[in-house]
Amino acid sequence: MTVALCEEIKLRQNYLEREPINTVYFGGGTPSILSKDNLSSILETIHKYFSVNHDAEITLEANPDDLNSEKLRDLYGLGVNRLSIGIQSFKEEVLHFLNRAHNRKQALNSVSEARNIGFNNISIDLIYGIPINSHEDWENDLHEITKIKPEHISSYCLTIEPKTVFGHRAKMGTLSLKGEDFEARQYELLIEKLKSIGYEHYEVSNFCLPGMHSKHNSSYWKQAKYLGIGPGAHSYNGASRQFNVTNNHKYISSLYKDNIPTQQEVLSREDKVNEYLLTGLRTIWGVDLDYLKDNYDYDLKKLKGSYVNNLIDNRFATLDANDLKLTEEGLLLADEISASLFI
Amino acid sequence: MEQIRNFCIIAHIDHGKSTLADRLLQSTGTVNERDMQAQLLDDMDLERERGITIKSHAIQMDYVHEGQTYTLNLIDTPGHVDFSYEVSRSIAACEGALLIVDAAQGIEAQTISNLYLALEHDLEIIPVLNKIDLPSAMPEEVTDEIVSLIGCDPTDVIHASAKEGIGITDILEAIIHRIPAPKGDLQKPLKAMIFDSVFNPFRGIEVYFRVFDGEINKGDKVKFVNTGKTYEADEIGVLKLQQQPKDTIKAGNVGYIISGIKVAKEVKVGDTITHVNKPCEAVKGFENVKPMVFAGIYPVETSEFEELRASMEKLQLNDASLIWEPETSAALGFGFRCGFLGMLHMEIVQERLEREFDMTVITTVPSVQFHAVKSDGTIIKINAPSEMPEPNTISHIEEPFIRAQIITKDEFIGNIISLCMDKRGIIKNQVYLTTERVELTFELPLSEIVFDFFDKLKTLSKGYASLDYELIGFRQSTMVKLDIMLNGDRVDALSAIVHRDKAYEWGKRLCEKLRELIPRQMFEIAIQASIGTKIIARESVKAMRKNVLAKCYGGDISRKRKLLEKQKKGKKRMRQVGNVEIPQEAFMAVLKLD
Ligand SMILES: Nc1nc2c(ncn2[C@@H]2O[C@H](COP(=O)(O)OP(=O)(O)OP(=O)(O)O)[C@@H](O)[C@H]2O)c(=O)[nH]1
Ligand SMILES: [Mg+2]
Repeated sequence: MTVALCEEIKLRQNYLEREPINTVYFGGGTPSILSKDNLSSILETIHKYFSVNHDAEITLEANPDDLNSEKLRDLYGLGVNRLSIGIQSFKEEVLHFLNRAHNRKQALNSVSEARNIGFNNISIDLIYGIPINSHEDWENDLHEITKIKPEHISSYCLTIEPKTVFGHRAKMGTLSLKGEDFEARQYELLIEKLKSIGYEHYEVSNFCLPGMHSKHNSSYWKQAKYLGIGPGAHSYNGASRQFNVTNNHKYISSLYKDNIPTQQEVLSREDKVNEYLLTGLRTIWGVDLDYLKDNYDYDLKKLKGSYVNNLIDNRFATLDANDLKLTEEGLLLADEISASLFI
Repeated sequence: MEQIRNFCIIAHIDHGKSTLADRLLQSTGTVNERDMQAQLLDDMDLERERGITIKSHAIQMDYVHEGQTYTLNLIDTPGHVDFSYEVSRSIAACEGALLIVDAAQGIEAQTISNLYLALEHDLEIIPVLNKIDLPSAMPEEVTDEIVSLIGCDPTDVIHASAKEGIGITDILEAIIHRIPAPKGDLQKPLKAMIFDSVFNPFRGIEVYFRVFDGEINKGDKVKFVNTGKTYEADEIGVLKLQQQPKDTIKAGNVGYIISGIKVAKEVKVGDTITHVNKPCEAVKGFENVKPMVFAGIYPVETSEFEELRASMEKLQLNDASLIWEPETSAALGFGFRCGFLGMLHMEIVQERLEREFDMTVITTVPSVQFHAVKSDGTIIKINAPSEMPEPNTISHIEEPFIRAQIITKDEFIGNIISLCMDKRGIIKNQVYLTTERVELTFELPLSEIVFDFFDKLKTLSKGYASLDYELIGFRQSTMVKLDIMLNGDRVDALSAIVHRDKAYEWGKRLCEKLRELIPRQMFEIAIQASIGTKIIARESVKAMRKNVLAKCYGGDISRKRKLLEKQKKGKKRMRQVGNVEIPQEAFMAVLKLD
């Protein structure tokens, strides 16, 4: 696999038109299983074919149980400077419910170990809307944050996807979600708590201490170009989006023959506008109505004026200097709102 | 003429008319095995899909009996009560009728009403006991029922299975021997009756008729007596599986005429065709179709009004019983007020608009026609709640009443009587057809049976009840107009005219139903029901709390965009009234009240 990944990096060295790279992200699945050597050769290959800025953000996603002190030292040594740890919850029952391999102790340790070794940019994932977690339980979970103070937090609502363990349980009727009102309340608790202890809520699911935004994820929402390497990875070059085959075997055998196993989707004007709206409205930066008008000839104020005014009058959004931004109330309904503003 | 037999197949819904027609077509070699399919004559998509006959279908067969070739003209009729006028015209075109009775179901309401229609026209009745192959068939009991109903000999009842092809030869023999050949005077002026019409996109409207007297020739100048319109007979012919052009069609026979008619309204079933220069008297029994139910039809997209109009016009070519005129609604904009033969007919029209013409439409609360009587006795016809005058400007309101015949088992009498009482009915008669089958006669307001009456009847009789009805006139009733308001704005398309004693219950249930049907939106929605300025019920749809997916990185973006585009499309099936989006089906909520 590592050979294939390096091969793909080499084949696609011109994809970003030789622009310098600001972020590298090892994610999707469990990149922490990569050995030190694997990781090092991938990073070397990246440095060989791309010019990586000296202060680039280099993130690796990991589960707490993968992060022992040796592993952490290796990562640090290789230049990884940001960790995204899938903690999900600090409560044993919930971790068990979510079929996680780690326990509460490992969750807490992974963060403190990382700190000891020198990591100063740590993100953790938390899940809310879990049926067995009352509002009080969730508040307790959130309270743990004050103790470990990660620089960054991503928090997602539990969803049930078909063809997963949860999907199966839901189908059998042994699991059901608590519904919109319950989830909305926990989301509000999340926002209230994190804001009260100094976090900035900069995207629907993302929070950070001042200045500690995920540079990598933010670039997705700012229509930046990106190159994704590996099975199932997506890339975007400003005009089209590529997606690689998801099957590992197909991926490797194709690259063995110097073929990048990718398909592409060319984005139309409508697609680009709609994506700009849906990603932009999720962030504190909002969408720039002038940008839409100048670049895509989409005059939102003219075409959806009464809807936009209605949003503003009812405090779902604000408009300042032609930047349309959703309020906290609006963020809860971001999908509903962006769909209504679509071309 | 001696070798012609004209007959129709009549029965209660689903007793097997169209399936029997299939067997007759096969036995007579009218259709070969390759072209055969179940219920062949039900050629509309909707008929095939729903497994019901919506309009009459005529076909000519040749049958050789004892060396003699006979021409058999068959008309398969629809069983549903909405189409009873059409059945009556088919009956009027024949000398005999096959009365089919399902051996497992026995005699039902339309069995009787269709039999009476046939007897009124002096038709020879051939009773056929169908579906004897069913394990649940009760041949003896049902034969007894038939015998006591018609007063025939038990040996006259032909035992058959249209599905298995049992008894088909007996039926054909009976048609030859028992149904009289048509009588008619070739010397008299042309007298033919229209019993059906079909729209052909290439050839215009094809009119099906039965000649009683005289003859019609290709090229003749003819007149339709009731409309007074004249035409030239461009093409005439007989109705085989395909049309077969002829030069002449003589008294006694059935045929079709194509004469460049473009407008369906000019062809009225029951009208008489005669020669312009040598006219006859009109055939008796002609009536203009009487719509029983009225409702508004609106495009979901206001901009599609003209397209809807064009579609309705095309649909009317196929369905002359659909009538409409333009209407405007404060809530829905421009649309049409339509008259239908009944609820099935209304459903069919809506479905055809959506399927054949790709229109997305809103149908408003169906209503019957009320009469507002002024103090000087003049009558204002009210086809829509919006037309209801202020109570102080009129003397009183009258509503249409029907006579309903319900046939059921005696164990359900109690249930059915209480249902009918609840629907403001009066019981008029109760007759035992056999020791356990009873015919109940009620007088009921039409408005009470339009909605869910039939379903209720089926449920509380475990399926052992059938219903037939006819209009008997208008009677005074205390009706009120009930309005629905969403966030304080009246939605006229949801208004209804209801009996005062039922208004409270109606308003309450309608509000509850709307609360279920209207999805949560960004704002709380207040639903209120009122009579005049008085609020009689209220509900609310809570504001949407959360509609945002958690993750949106890299590859999620395309997926999410497509998801939201779909969400947006879903909104297209909703109608924005004020700041509330109302789904199409909410306008029909009244039909789902229980
Ligand atoms: N077992 C059995 N089923 C039959 C027989 N004849 C008809 N059916 C079934 O009964 C159902 C109704 O048959 P149709 O021929 O469509 O009945 P219909 O009287 O034309 O119905 P409408 O035109 O809707 O009034 C179908 O499912 C047939 O397959 C029969 O002799 N035996
Ligand atoms: Mg039929």
